[in-house]
Amino acid sequence: MSIDMAQFHQVFFEESFEGLDVMESGLLNMDPGTADVEEINAIFRAAHSIKGGSGTFGFMNVSDFTHVMETLLDEMRDGRRQVAADAIEVLLQSVDVLRDMLTAARDGGSADEARVKAQYSELQRVLADKHSSDDAVADPVKQASAVVPEVQPVGWKIVFRPHPHLMRTGNDPLRIIRELATLGETSVNCDLSELPAFEEFEPEDSYLSWDLRLHEPVDKSQIDEIFEWVEDDCDFAVVPVMPEGYDPAAAVEPPAASDQAEPVAQKKPHLTEVPPPEERRVTDERRNEAERRKTPAAAAGGSSSIRVDIHKIDALINMVGELVITQSMLGMLGEDFHISRVERLREGLTQLERHTRELQESVMQIRMVPISFSFSRFPRLVHDLSSKLNKKIELKMSGENTEVDKTVIEKIGDPLVHLVRNSLDHGIEKPEERLAAGKPETGIVRLSASHRGGNIVIEIRDDGRGLPRDKILKKAVERGLVKADDNLSDKDIYDLIFQPGFSTAEQVSDVSGRGVGMDVVRRNINELGGAIEIESTPGKGSAIIIRLPLTLAILDGQTIRIGKETYIVPLVSIVESIQIQESMLNTVVGRGETFTLREEYLPVVRMHEVFGIEDHDAKRLTDGILVVVEGEGRKCGLFVDDLLGQQQVVIKSLEANYRKVEGISGATILGDGSVALILDIPGLMRLAKQGGARTRAPLALTA
Amino acid sequence: MPESANNVKQILGDDASGTQYLTCLLAGEQYGLNILQVQEIRGWEQVTRIPNSPRYIKGVINLRGTIVPILDLRLRFDLPAEPYSKETVVIVVRAADKKGNERSIGLVVDAVSDVIVARDEQVVCTPEFGANVPTENIIGLVSEGDEMVMLLDIASLLELDADEVGVTGG
Repeated sequence: MSIDMAQFHQVFFEESFEGLDVMESGLLNMDPGTADVEEINAIFRAAHSIKGGSGTFGFMNVSDFTHVMETLLDEMRDGRRQVAADAIEVLLQSVDVLRDMLTAARDGGSADEARVKAQYSELQRVLADKHSSDDAVADPVKQASAVVPEVQPVGWKIVFRPHPHLMRTGNDPLRIIRELATLGETSVNCDLSELPAFEEFEPEDSYLSWDLRLHEPVDKSQIDEIFEWVEDDCDFAVVPVMPEGYDPAAAVEPPAASDQAEPVAQKKPHLTEVPPPEERRVTDERRNEAERRKTPAAAAGGSSSIRVDIHKIDALINMVGELVITQSMLGMLGEDFHISRVERLREGLTQLERHTRELQESVMQIRMVPISFSFSRFPRLVHDLSSKLNKKIELKMSGENTEVDKTVIEKIGDPLVHLVRNSLDHGIEKPEERLAAGKPETGIVRLSASHRGGNIVIEIRDDGRGLPRDKILKKAVERGLVKADDNLSDKDIYDLIFQPGFSTAEQVSDVSGRGVGMDVVRRNINELGGAIEIESTPGKGSAIIIRLPLTLAILDGQTIRIGKETYIVPLVSIVESIQIQESMLNTVVGRGETFTLREEYLPVVRMHEVFGIEDHDAKRLTDGILVVVEGEGRKCGLFVDDLLGQQQVVIKSLEANYRKVEGISGATILGDGSVALILDIPGLMRLAKQGGARTRAPLALTA
Repeated sequence: MPESANNVKQILGDDASGTQYLTCLLAGEQYGLNILQVQEIRGWEQVTRIPNSPRYIKGVINLRGTIVPILDLRLRFDLPAEPYSKETVVIVVRAADKKGNERSIGLVVDAVSDVIVARDEQVVCTPEFGANVPTENIIGLVSEGDEMVMLLDIASLLELDADEVGVTGG
């Protein structure tokens, strides 16, 4: 039988990357010395799943590597090894190596052999290092060879409690005991306490349990082998019997695990707490599943599948049900309609409208994922960078559960990394510097996300030195971006860092300072229809505030008319719409038409000129309407004929079949089935600035 | 038309080695489009103009939720413009562009005429003659009876990127 395993690969990789994220965040949360058992368990399970999966799919290098990690984790889990900072660090690095290996396996390449080998031996070193750090019992893998010789047990104490159904599985306790007897002299003690009264006695059930003693120092694996077939159907433990004089403290029950039997180890309960193995395994799996759902998915950019909370799907199905009911109600009404029933028809239509809207919202919900998918990588980043930069930095995150569109998650990742790196590198000072400035030694970087209006606001706030206003200005003058005597506000100056190739870092580090980035960050955020702002107080810290639309598929728009053409202006860009008076207008030589709005001089963009619309109604500026819009921190007034109304529009791509059009961000379909184009405000301003297609005079846009 | 009946027979018959082309009329000339790339044929309808686009891009329409640009082949090939009439049709074609992205576009032609079958060896290379149509948009020529059919390269018509087309103002 041949099954094409490749069809499962994607799921395997997806789950493995999720597993890696679980391991990584778990390891980061672990404090040396005081490890939470649950935490270790979660990490262990993730490692175990990866090992199992990679073995199944034939990625032997991955499974071998994971196996060593797993061994280490297993020791921590059983409390046989202290959770040392050193080990955590090695495990973290191993997670990275593993990620590389999995990526290579997925893309059909090969991982960096040398690095894998180095990390492998590093893990081995930590494993072998146990005696210095703890005094508990040995690692199961090496027990037979390395540890046992030190204190040879003189025999074994075996507790064997078959479950009632053992004999129905075709096994016979007697055969097992006989088999055991072949290893050496045994003494058998049978426990009859479970034996029921005769009338309740089920002849096919097993009620007996045994305490067995093997007076022979055989290898433990030999015993395990005998019980191999029944280990799922019994409670079973093997304890070495130590020679007299041996320190009893060390004679803890050794693990039942052999090196290939981690799943067994997981299932096999200790004698003291004996939940039925099946049940325990099931809960483990369930927990695993729950954890997976909670934890961030692979940060890999373009994964094409999405995990959806079952509740969201249920809500959707519910909604569709309602819709079907409404539809059949309307259908019945239509079959023999009489004018007297118009009231019911109207009711039905209202219901239909409500359900359609709810359905739309639910469908949108499916694309929404918590921003923690994007935030989850930062603890690691901060952990690594702060040690690299010799700074003490604490990361505080809030609002990780804020939900955003999946596309936003995919595109916001890199800009965020860039901004957080900047905060760490440029913002937070070195500990000495902070102390000198009267600040606590540890710098704080806050990463938060929240809903505000129809937007998602992401803030990266640090309590560092703030942006160096003068340095930025000096640099900008040097580069000829601005003139020294230009009267610039702080905001204008901070905005300069978004210029391509702008960096004030005195020294280019591998962390930041190459000046490739802030412009890209801004571009990415603009592409998502968002905006970015900077706040900074010298000596107190700075904040970067990113505003993003909740969803990329739908936008609140204002419909405008110019001549016979209809366009949509995103409502978020609109500051206000005004009808202007002659007195507000002025023509600045060389700068085109401007108007005054609350002491600000704003340029007028005559839409019909920029877009070449011939039959526009309003010839004079005072006849039409000026829609004051803002984009990339600049404002201007769009001169249009009329405002038509506000509505939610579904964004359709113009580029899919056509190409990018300057000044247009997309298209939508109006209620009558016709297409309307959506304006891209920053693009439109650029277009007007360049002189557009037929603008009379080039417009210089004021800030 | 008996001719087209013949052609249909040819299509349905054993002769599967040829390629089928949808032919259309443009300023008195016959043009052929690979039928596998033809998505549908529609009547002319009002479009939404795209500002600052080339003259031959009439605008975009809503094709069941997708935004599809409409290209006037007459204008594309610098033929004299004709007012649109009832016979004016839009052939929506779909093909992969240079970058391998599947794109749809509507082509405005005077009328749709026929379906022909041509085997590859029947297609002759485009001579460097003073034809109406730039040779880079033509795959080759096929003679159909005493008429000549120019086979259009749809992929080349899909190249609408600004740098290649140039903005000529709307």
